[in-house]
Amino acid sequence: MTAREEVLGRIRRALGEDRAEVPEIARDYRLTDGRDPGDPALLDLLTDRLEDYKATVVRCAPADIGGAVTTALRTALGEHSPGDVVVAPGLPAEWRPDGAAEDDGRPAVALADHAATVTGVSVAVAETGTLILDGSPLCGRRALSLLPDCLVCVVEAAQVVGGVPEGLAKVDAVAPLTLISGPSATSDIELERVEGVHGPRTLIVVLVA
Amino acid sequence: MTAVFLGIPTAPRGVGHLRGEESFPDAARGALRNGQLRANLGHATSTIRGKRAHVVGELTDWAQLREAGRAIKAATMARLDEHLIALEEQVTARGGTVHWARDANEANEIVTRLVRATGTTEVVKVKSMATQEIGLNEALEAAGIAAHETDLAELIVQLGDDKPSHILVPAIHKNRAEIREIFLRTMPGVDPGLSDDPRKLAMAARAHLRERFLRARVAISGANFAVAETGTLAVVESEGNGRMCLTLPQTLITVMGIEKVVPTWRDLEVYLQLLPRSSTGERMNPYTSLWAGVTPGDGPQEFHLVLLDNGRTAVLADEVGREALHCIRCSACLNVCPVYERTGGHAYGSVYPGPIGAVLSPQLTGVEDNASLPYASSLCGACYDVCPVAIDIPSILVHLRGEHVEAQTRTTPEAAAFRALSRAMSSPRLWRLAQRAAGLGRFLARGKPTMPNALPFPASTWTRSRDLPTPPAETFTQAWAREHGG
Repeated sequence: MTAREEVLGRIRRALGEDRAEVPEIARDYRLTDGRDPGDPALLDLLTDRLEDYKATVVRCAPADIGGAVTTALRTALGEHSPGDVVVAPGLPAEWRPDGAAEDDGRPAVALADHAATVTGVSVAVAETGTLILDGSPLCGRRALSLLPDCLVCVVEAAQVVGGVPEGLAKVDAVAPLTLISGPSATSDIELERVEGVHGPRTLIVVLVA
Repeated sequence: MTAVFLGIPTAPRGVGHLRGEESFPDAARGALRNGQLRANLGHATSTIRGKRAHVVGELTDWAQLREAGRAIKAATMARLDEHLIALEEQVTARGGTVHWARDANEANEIVTRLVRATGTTEVVKVKSMATQEIGLNEALEAAGIAAHETDLAELIVQLGDDKPSHILVPAIHKNRAEIREIFLRTMPGVDPGLSDDPRKLAMAARAHLRERFLRARVAISGANFAVAETGTLAVVESEGNGRMCLTLPQTLITVMGIEKVVPTWRDLEVYLQLLPRSSTGERMNPYTSLWAGVTPGDGPQEFHLVLLDNGRTAVLADEVGREALHCIRCSACLNVCPVYERTGGHAYGSVYPGPIGAVLSPQLTGVEDNASLPYASSLCGACYDVCPVAIDIPSILVHLRGEHVEAQTRTTPEAAAFRALSRAMSSPRLWRLAQRAAGLGRFLARGKPTMPNALPFPASTWTRSRDLPTPPAETFTQAWAREHGG
């Protein structure tokens, strides 16, 4: 007998012949927040939650995204050469800092040579301060938002939803997804939270409204 | 129905870390004498209790989420075979390979074989309870493969040649000064002026592991959840070491207990709210990675999923104890447990300490191999109150105590005592005599409210660690007779 057959057989013996009907799951928790995506109160909540976890939030108008990204990078990196920044392949041209490199599918570890990354997001969850990146050209592959030490994510107002159920409903379950809530952190020493371990130590969110 | 009756084996002996070398009371005695340990645990558990209570209080629908979390797990277990088959189908359709392991030995063999096939002799690891349970690192080491733990706490434990003592924070028993000392002693090239500031210690770990991540060809992880309908796996973490392992190497091997499957994608909307708030006391943990099979151009191009039984089906066979399989490994029950807070995790002898460990370990191994654990609780119920999936741990503890007593073939002193008590209590005459005899104990107490600790055996086994009140001068029946003339 194969291990598969044996384990499945054990489960069937454990559960017995007469299996009871499985009741429907009552999903009477909050499925929506009641506010529409992009509601100003949701943008404030997202900002508050991101800042609580030591992310930086800068707000800008739709016409000023490129300028806001460039300013944020200068603040985080100081004077730097344009090639220190690498952006997701699908990032709109007007969001890109001048001279930034584009992730062209080079070996993932080569991304570690860059100081900062700029990506978009798929959806943002206000209540938990969570950005969801889905591996699309706008968000880039997973290593892109991981290896450079500074991550800049551009979030458009209409992408901001209230709670976790709304956020997960908007993404593709079989895409490579990364949920990011603040910079990399640890609570492993005396259960006190410290920001900055292996992932980006700086997270800047450019919130467009 | 029991696993023994159905011929379902428990986790085998001689491999993995589910059994301690001594009983809980013996192991706890040493831990209780360690003042530093108790101070570290007291500090850490009180910090996390406060944070958890704060973020749980923020959600107006916590009770409904908790009930949904419980109901989804119960529904999953009731159709576990069907969900595992669906998961296998989905993972395979998306380019992954699924392996089944009856027990720890088989899982270790599968992983060792897969690593060998890549030709590498070192792997990076994401913190995983399942791989600790089966002793995978030791099995790999025996095969000449070095397994590097990358979670900060696991790294501290590995470098310190120590054992994990908490599900979420395995190095909770060490304070910052002790961790600094371990790093100075074991990290090649570490700055000798390293301070004990947690931020500086985290930076030292970053520097130590960075190069390892970039050169790793194989990673090994566990899984927090696996969605049957989509084949999506989830790893919940904070530091980014998980993302490094799940993203950079060419080959990813995930070892997952069969109870980690959930039926639908929507189920994650419940657990991704319950888990972070219950474990680290955060609204959301910094990073959650979700993937289904292999994605061309993004992440590992070879993915293996090992489905592990190792006693889980034996737990499933027990209709009361089965609920222990609902555990999502948040560790909230450890942080509120008055017993855990004083003894720490090592005393439990298993990788699963605390209240959940006291119900899970004896069921995975068979209660005879962890017989003292169901008694490692005051049954106060704090664990049940905080459990995000409402596992009734106290009831399972009592159930397992019953099972342990039933299994005794020889008469124990306790059983003899209770048999004598039962005889006395069913005869008014014997009962009065017994009460009068107990009243004689007052002479030993010499007017003190409790009896002396040094009573002769076998009474000493009770009084060594507990106060026995001095019997009253007069029983209730005697007082009633005196006042009411009965």
